[in-house]
Order: sequence, then structure tokens, then C-alpha cells
Amino acid sequence: MNTINWIASYTLLRKEVARWVKVWLQTVMAPVMTSLLYVLVFGHVLEGRLEVFPGVSYTAFLIPGLLMMSVIQNAFANTSSSLIQSKVMGSIVFILLPPFSALEMYLAYIGAAVLRGFAVGLGVFLLAVFYVNVPINNIGIVIGFALLGSVCVGSLGMIAGMWAEKFDQISAFQNFFIMPLTFLSGVFYSINSLPPFWFQLSRFNPFFYMIDGFRYGFFGQSDQPVMTSFAIMLVATLVLAAITIRMLANGYNLRDQ
Amino acid sequence: MAKQPAVSVQHVSKAFGSLQALSDVSFDIPQGEFFGLLGPNGAGKSTLISALAGLLQADSGQLSILGADVSRDYREARKNIGVVPQELVMDPFFSVRETLAFQSGYFGLRNNDAWIDELLEQLNLSDKADTNMRKLSGGMKRRVLIAQALVHKPPVLVLDEPTAGVDVELRQTLWRFVRRLHQSGHTIVLTTHYLEEAEELCDRIAIIDQGQMIALETKDDLLARGLGSKLLIRAAHDITAVPESLMPKVTRQEGRELELVFNREKDSMMDILDGLRGAANHIEFVSVLEDRLEDVFVRLTANNEAQR
Repeated sequence: MNTINWIASYTLLRKEVARWVKVWLQTVMAPVMTSLLYVLVFGHVLEGRLEVFPGVSYTAFLIPGLLMMSVIQNAFANTSSSLIQSKVMGSIVFILLPPFSALEMYLAYIGAAVLRGFAVGLGVFLLAVFYVNVPINNIGIVIGFALLGSVCVGSLGMIAGMWAEKFDQISAFQNFFIMPLTFLSGVFYSINSLPPFWFQLSRFNPFFYMIDGFRYGFFGQSDQPVMTSFAIMLVATLVLAAITIRMLANGYNLRDQ
Repeated sequence: MAKQPAVSVQHVSKAFGSLQALSDVSFDIPQGEFFGLLGPNGAGKSTLISALAGLLQADSGQLSILGADVSRDYREARKNIGVVPQELVMDPFFSVRETLAFQSGYFGLRNNDAWIDELLEQLNLSDKADTNMRKLSGGMKRRVLIAQALVHKPPVLVLDEPTAGVDVELRQTLWRFVRRLHQSGHTIVLTTHYLEEAEELCDRIAIIDQGQMIALETKDDLLARGLGSKLLIRAAHDITAVPESLMPKVTRQEGRELELVFNREKDSMMDILDGLRGAANHIEFVSVLEDRLEDVFVRLTANNEAQR
């Protein structure tokens, strides 16, 4: 009875993907547009004034950070909005009545979140390369960190979606937790440029390792050794996945309401 | 060997804080039965259905569907049951056909288009198959909910107040459909506020009130309890001076008419008529008014309230 029903899980994945594909202007194009505006504004203002890594322009430095920010923010948005929307509208019952295991549900929701994150990330990348040359040092590391980041933050989105009972609680989770951790993770700067206190504080921010390792995939340079970032990300992702699956199995804030 | 029950509820209790929603409820529903679950608002019907469907966990007791425990063997139990929820819920992103295809896949079914087409046809939804759920009327959404509950061909179908807010024509259509399902061997569990529906459709009825089972009988036994029959007497002249011995039974006294509670097992019609001899000359008409389910329901729930 512990086998995975792949048809069920794949169907839920298809449904979750269809959900964001049907409103692609909002779910893909809008975040791509926002990221490009960051590139244009910050790139224009700071290009030539800062050189974070030797031989890497500021705009090129900015692109991986913005890509990763887009990937993880959209992974979070996908899982959290899907869960809270179906809870508030009552349609969550269509997911709770079938014989899904917690793992089957998790794989489907996270799969859809990863795909949306990747779609937005790819959109940002394809448009950004028209503006600035961004080298790719190791595509495996780029994809690996994008995958870990979207699974990790997609899991946070599921936790938030289960925990929240109203839309504004999701918004609070995103604005008071996800956004500060993202903005203070070195998206726009190297943490080596920070004063000692903020430097030390940033080292406790898991989002920093997400972005630092991802950036290594592009430039072959990073603030921390890439294997350290990978190990920290792997542990964080596994811990969050385990917590999420446990919450799903217990029906936390889904069943018994 | 006796067939195992379609639904088994054994000593089930559930509390929400200080509110005891279900209190040691037990009953079995044999396979193929059309079972009515009645009770006033907040009686615990939906809690019981949610526990059966795995939407909530009972505090104690066992629930099983065709022998599969809803907690331990939840996969099998959920395959065996289809639930039509009370609220008109829907996923606004998808068409009717997409909704049914996804629901079918959730149960691990592939290539289920033929059955989906049949459901659409039987529920008069074929011409709306590609319409977005948002654009459907309330009645059509209700029919889609029924199709969703049946998409994996469950042997047990639970309908939680399926005709609430539905017009008469659609209600008749739904009942014709549900009757056909019952005739084809499905076990049907129905909760409804329309007691005439339960009276017309159900083989056996449970009445639940304040979390407790207060009646569980065949519909005929429930109606034949004799508790609620009434005796209507009409005289040629106004009825006056009803004897003291009969006064507790009088429910209405207006001019030439007198209505009394009449228990066919305990009361003798001759004794009552003898008693009225002085009060009502020239009795023109005597009729026994059989109870409707509604009368029995009201009396039982009122008694339950009085005993608390």
C-alpha cells in the first residue's frame, strides 16, 4: 500500500500546471516584466560604478540573482496560492476525497511550482541576454540550484498555504518573511561588501546560499565555496520537504475543519 | 457468508471543543440500500459524512466502507465511496470535461472518457462539456458535482443535501438519476431537509439529533410507529365538553371538528367514540390521519430536546 500512484500524482501535477498556464500573462509574463525592469533600472544606474567579481559587469552580476529571485518567488506563489485559493473556495475537497498519499500530493504541487519557477526564470534569462552577456560556467550547477531553490521555497509555499486561512496571511508570509530573506540574500550585492555585523547575519540566511551557489554556476565565482552552499541547500530542502509531507499526512488545516 | 455492510459506523464520537458533534453513533448500511440520514441543522449529519469521506478524523470509533477502514485502509475506502458535497464548490479554471477528467485521474483512472461521456449524457450536461465551470448555473454545477462523485464508479454514493436550492424540475431529474443508480446496485446515503424526498426514496432512515442517533428504522416502521397517527372527528353540531380523560389527546378543537392523537397500538377507537358520545352528537365523519415522515421527525427531535 506504500507504492506511489503515479497516475494520480501526474494528474494533479497536470492540473496544477494547467492552473498557472491558463493565466500565463499573470503568472509568467508579469514576473518576467518586473525582473527586466530591475535589470534596466539597476543596470543603468550602477553599471560601471560597481564591479563585484573581477571581470564581471554589475548588470551581468545582477542577472543570476534576479533569475533565482524570480524562480523562488514564483515557486512560492504557485503552491501557496493554489492551496489557499482551494481552501477558501472549498474546492480543496476534490483533492481530499480521492485516495492521495501525502507524497503523491507533495510531488504534484512541488512539480508544478518548479515548472512555473523555471518558466519565469527562462523567460527572464532569454530576454536579459539581449541586454547583457551572461556566461554560463556550469549548466548543471545552475539547474541544480534552481531545482533545490524552487523545491525548498515551493515547500515553504505549501506550509504557508496549509497554515493560512485567509489570503492576507499568505501575503504577510510573503512580504514579511520571503521578501526580506530574498532581498537580504545578495541578489543585488556581494555579502563581502557588507559591514561585519550584516555579513555575519547574512550567513544565517539560507536564501543567500541559494543565490550564491546559483551565481557560481554562471561565473565560477562566489562568496562561499559552492559545495558549502549545495550542502546547506540540500539539507534545508530535505528538512522542509519532510515537514511539508508530514503536515500533508496529518491533514494540517486541510482536514478536520 | 453474509455480505459485509456497504457502510459501517461503530461507536463514533467527535467533539469540536466543547461541542459534542457526534456521540457514540453506531449503525450499518447493507449493500444496495437507499439510506436516509435526517436531522435538524447542526445535528451532526455533515460531520458524520465528513468522517466517512476521510475529511475529518473521528475522536473514537470505527468507520469503514465495504470493509475498508477509512483511516487505516483509506485508499480502498475512498475508492469505494463518492461524495456529493453540500456546498456548490468548483474549480473556476476548468471546463466541465476537464474537471471530470482530472477527478478521474486522481483516482488513478486513465482512458475514462467513455464513462465521462455517459455521465455527461445522463446528467444532461453533454452540451456544456466544454463550458467553463464559472459559467454554469447553480443547478448545472450541482449536476457536475454528482458526476464528479461518480467518475470513479464508486459502489457507495453519499449525497449531502443535494437538492438544497434546486428548482423542482431539476430535483425530479436528479432523483430519477439517483433512482436508476440505486436500481443498478449502488448503495445510496442521502441527507436532505426535504423530508418528503426521504419518505419517497429511502428504504431505511436514521434520525440524528444533537450528535445522537434517536431513530434507526425502516421507513415503513418509522411511519407505522403509531406514535403520530391522528383521529379526525367531525360532528353534525359544534363539539362541546370533551371528557377530561380525552383532553390530553386533543390537538385541535374547532367548531364541529376535533382532532386527537391516536396510537393504534394503545388506543381503542371505540373507547374514544364512546367517550365523545355526550360531547358530539351525530358524528358524521371519522378519519385516521396517517403520519407523514415530517410529523414523526418533528416529534422525535422535540422529544429528544425535552429529555435533555
